[in-house]
Amino acid sequence: MNETLRFDVLVVGGGLVGSSAALMLAKRGLKVGLFERRYCGAQASGVNYGGVRRQGRPAEQLPLAVRARRIWDRLPELVGTDGEFVVSGHLRLARSVADLAALEAYAQMANPFGLDLQLLSGPTFRRRYPWLGAAALGGSLCPGDGHANPRVVSPAFARAARAAGADVREQTAVTNIVYAGERFVVEARHDSGAMIEAQADWLVNAAGAWGNTVAGYFGESVPMEPIYPNMWVTEPLPYFIDHNLGVYGGGIYARQVARGNVVIGGGRGSGDGEYAQPLTETTRMVMRAACALLPGLKDALLLRSWTGVEGSTPDDNPVIGFSRTTPRLLHAFGFSGGGFLLAPGVGQVLSDLVVDGTTTTTIDAFSIERFA
Amino acid sequence: MTTNPSAASADKPQFVRLTEAHRKQVGLTVDGVAITALTGDTVLSAILLHTRRVRDTEFSGEPRAGFCLMGACQDCWVQLEEGERIRACSTFVKEGMHVLTRPAGAVEA
Amino acid sequence: MTSIDKTSMQRIVIVGAGPAGVRAAETLVAAGVVPVVIDEAPRAGGQIYRQPPADAGFARSKRTLYGMEAGKADAVHSTMARMLPKLDYRPDTLVWGCGAGQLDTFHAGRQRTVPYSHLLIATGATDRILPFPGWTLPGVYTLGAAQIALKAQGCSIGRRVVLAGTGPLLYLVAYQYAKAGAQVEAILDTNPFSHQFAATPRLLRQPSTFAKGLYYVGWLAARGVRIERGVTLVRATGDRAVQAMTYRDGDRELTIPCDAIGFGYGLRSETQLADLAGCRFRFDPLNRAWLPERDTAGRTSVPGVYLAGDGAGIAGADAAELAGRRAALAMLEDLGHRAANAQAHVVKLDRQLANIAKFRIGLEQAFAPHLDCASHWPDDMTVCRCEEIDAGTLRRCIRGGEASEINRLKALTRVGMGRCQGRMCGAATAELLSAETGKPIAEVGRLRGQAPIKPVPLSIALMAELDEAPDHLAAIPEHARDE
Repeated sequence: MNETLRFDVLVVGGGLVGSSAALMLAKRGLKVGLFERRYCGAQASGVNYGGVRRQGRPAEQLPLAVRARRIWDRLPELVGTDGEFVVSGHLRLARSVADLAALEAYAQMANPFGLDLQLLSGPTFRRRYPWLGAAALGGSLCPGDGHANPRVVSPAFARAARAAGADVREQTAVTNIVYAGERFVVEARHDSGAMIEAQADWLVNAAGAWGNTVAGYFGESVPMEPIYPNMWVTEPLPYFIDHNLGVYGGGIYARQVARGNVVIGGGRGSGDGEYAQPLTETTRMVMRAACALLPGLKDALLLRSWTGVEGSTPDDNPVIGFSRTTPRLLHAFGFSGGGFLLAPGVGQVLSDLVVDGTTTTTIDAFSIERFA
Repeated sequence: MTTNPSAASADKPQFVRLTEAHRKQVGLTVDGVAITALTGDTVLSAILLHTRRVRDTEFSGEPRAGFCLMGACQDCWVQLEEGERIRACSTFVKEGMHVLTRPAGAVEA
Repeated sequence: MTSIDKTSMQRIVIVGAGPAGVRAAETLVAAGVVPVVIDEAPRAGGQIYRQPPADAGFARSKRTLYGMEAGKADAVHSTMARMLPKLDYRPDTLVWGCGAGQLDTFHAGRQRTVPYSHLLIATGATDRILPFPGWTLPGVYTLGAAQIALKAQGCSIGRRVVLAGTGPLLYLVAYQYAKAGAQVEAILDTNPFSHQFAATPRLLRQPSTFAKGLYYVGWLAARGVRIERGVTLVRATGDRAVQAMTYRDGDRELTIPCDAIGFGYGLRSETQLADLAGCRFRFDPLNRAWLPERDTAGRTSVPGVYLAGDGAGIAGADAAELAGRRAALAMLEDLGHRAANAQAHVVKLDRQLANIAKFRIGLEQAFAPHLDCASHWPDDMTVCRCEEIDAGTLRRCIRGGEASEINRLKALTRVGMGRCQGRMCGAATAELLSAETGKPIAEVGRLRGQAPIKPVPLSIALMAELDEAPDHLAAIPEHARDE
């Protein structure tokens, strides 16, 4: 059975970026299609750590991050669920005096953006966080940051997009795209074998780790590598971790959900660009760091580990904005492990670019031009 | 439906020792209460030969008393006083063991 | 005859010391191999030939423990004992992960990585569970659990026991319980006798097994043990522990006071390691489950990985012994070893296994699980006992169009996300998905194995087998981490 479809905008990729773009565009009255080759929100959007975090991002990401953060407060009204979003605060820990100084410097840069970072150390810090191990000397707290459940948030955006009138097609893989006669002609194949041809005035490349496949149809490419964030989770434990935790200098991040499980990530699994597996070495290494950071965890049971495929760029910034080669083609991929907070904001920005041709949020640093 | 006071049901033993009762005794405590088991008993058997509850679920708090006895269902995890988690059906009793069937409370450094 | 090159880097590892693993080890040892045999239990025998703890004063004879299977049990145990000097035997060791030629194992609080070049997965089975309201009450156990309580601990699961479900294990456990002096209030078989009768021609393929089954039933009937057939399990009730079992027979509902229930609907294979090892899976209609693909010899889709026994499809202990031998012969052949009588041996094993396979079809016919059960589950019945997810939650998600596939359903409702990784709720969830979506059960997806396949404490990382630099954390650009 073959189908021919016509859209104002076709979004390729049903992760959080693609789904939020489809939602925002549909809400602005456009006829939107979205093709996702497997299930919406099952890739990076579903397997990531779940941090909803402005703190720690480089200056160039902060305007977008601030805009995105405002959307997170409106999730129930936007997508019908809060996605277990908790404003727990994000505590970024220092392991040395040099780390503390670096956190101070970051706060000076970031606070004008409204992050309200508070630095803590010494006896006040110890008293406030008796459950942190001695290796943590202090930290920077962003009270308005938090965390949410990626497995629930991403599909919720896809559902909301559908409810707003977008034609969201799962198990539908794009097989070819050409730009001809001022529009995009997209061929796709459903898992059942049915073929689809869609024509659209605009195309949004939200294909995540596979963004280069779509960009390639238009002679563009980005030096992007697949990365596999190694994640694992404990059994439910009595609640004791107040904040979404990170460590300056990297390596481990931890959050405790309302049901009590502690979700921890750090390091890399392994994969082939399509499928990925967690690595025992990494998991054990991060387990050791977790026990040092949170000594109370040492008797807790590890329940399972997982990973997924994310696209990472050399400067760890995403690619967002107009194509160099083709009119009305927008790229939005390569979030390098930091896309969860940003994605709802990216969707809004993309809808600005389609409807208004411009956006008030600074995204110059993310232009694909920088890789030309 | 039953006319017996329902509290009595949960305080009776679950398991019944049918045979092999001649083995050497082992003393341990469960939630601070001293009980006697026999060498070769699992912690699960030891508990269930005295009562009908091994743990409470984290979410509804309903009682559980194990299910598969072969280390598959994971419904019999308890804790030793020192903090170590043990799966009761696959851990043998040891003299002087102190078993806790309720969480120790807030975790501290 | 070529012999194994003992100086090569071959590491031959068997996971599981039940009948399949033991016979595989025996075959390998006879060919001069020194396999590593890893088992989660403290003693060999698997579940069916499970031994009581050693050095604890257990005195029952094998005859008492295993009845008519005593000879077979003893043979498996003594074979293992004799082989010990020629094996690298690692009991009390959980294999919790597998990948890229390595097993992750856990023993006495320590991690130990075991490399392999050839791996035989003989991980056996657990009871197949389909829930009924009240199944999470204290006092409700699997049939396997009821058997283990008796065999390995000398206990009955309760004072007044109801045994329920279907399958040959139902009657075997009832027989063992009654013989040991336990009070069996009733046997509730969800299959009508007509199913068993109709299966007779196939069941006669294993005449002595069939005869034993008839013997158990006859013995129970002769002692007046209540047997109800063709019934539906309605609910278990009780305040904080089970006090009664209600079932339906035709249009009557009857209630039996009891303080313990043992139930099950046959067995399900433990396939998590095969999944982590990268084996391709296929839906098996007879087992009504996804199983790792294997050829008749036990080779999988992954070179160097083999399967034997109930861990690759339920076929029983006799088949497990044969399959263990057969897989070991395949492994030896792949290692370039040619034993004198290998071909004749292989032909005989293949024929015996094929015969048992036909018998198994008869068993599934005689003891079919209730295919329409899911539509009768009340919304407030717990499906996932680890996470406490009820049928209503699953139905709302499916009916809302949010999930028509088991992994999506798991992501959205948490079913299967708990400590048991879906062992107890996986079959039920698939049945419910199939009932709600109208899709055949083979098309609702399968839950994947994830490491650790059973929970391990975080402290496993604190006492490393190999030295690790304490501060060696992966270098990730701080702002690029997925926070």
